[in-house]
Amino acid sequence: MMRHSENNMKLYLPSLSVNESVARSCVACFVAQLNPTIEEISDIKCAVSEAVTNAIVHGYKYNSGIIYIGVKYYSDRTVVIEIKDKGCGIENVNEAMTPLFTTDTSGERSGMGFAVMSTFMDKLDVYSKKGEGVRVLMSKKLG
Amino acid sequence: MEKVKFIYENKILTSKIIGDIDHHSAKAVREKIDHEIFEKKPILILLDLSAVEFMDSSGLGLILGRYTVATDLGAEFRIIKPAPSVSKILDLAGIKRLMKIEGGNDDEA
Repeated sequence: MMRHSENNMKLYLPSLSVNESVARSCVACFVAQLNPTIEEISDIKCAVSEAVTNAIVHGYKYNSGIIYIGVKYYSDRTVVIEIKDKGCGIENVNEAMTPLFTTDTSGERSGMGFAVMSTFMDKLDVYSKKGEGVRVLMSKKLG
Repeated sequence: MEKVKFIYENKILTSKIIGDIDHHSAKAVREKIDHEIFEKKPILILLDLSAVEFMDSSGLGLILGRYTVATDLGAEFRIIKPAPSVSKILDLAGIKRLMKIEGGNDDEA
């Protein structure tokens, strides 16, 4: 990967569910300068939506907070997206990332957030400790 | 603001969702659809996704939840006309294994 990114954007949004679409639109807007395909933009918007939703639904379940979204790209057209929260964190990241696993009890959440992120992006890394928020780092190289 | 338009004819309820389906919009959409299902008690429920440009895994949860509601009432549940980006996430989740999807990418209809 190149050392210096060509362009970047940093967003800070409160953990309101209405900001899920704000995050998607902002990241899509930023990535548009690379002339991505419709599919590439859709994939990125979806991955961002999943990570931001996780921060809202799980991270900040008991109290609200700020979600950080950082996007940058390199000259080889690799887009790197970092999404961080300071919420309750994940005790066992590997367990959380198994498809269909969810801590939600309402029966309305599919448990597919991480599966979508890892399928729609090229790389996905999740860093977290219980009580210390979550950091999601994902990248996708555009065609 | 997400809307849902309903057509009810011959015990078939068609629910057309207009807008994005994400965690934020899912609750209101779910309540509107469930209200119609419980009121009309159809034998077939068609979820029309032709006007949905974006859907993430919250939409999968919405679909699976409505499928369960329908099945519990003895009704069939089908998805119709998903856009390519929506088809992609439906395929990832293997929704086709549970219910019919018509009018999508690989359909002739």
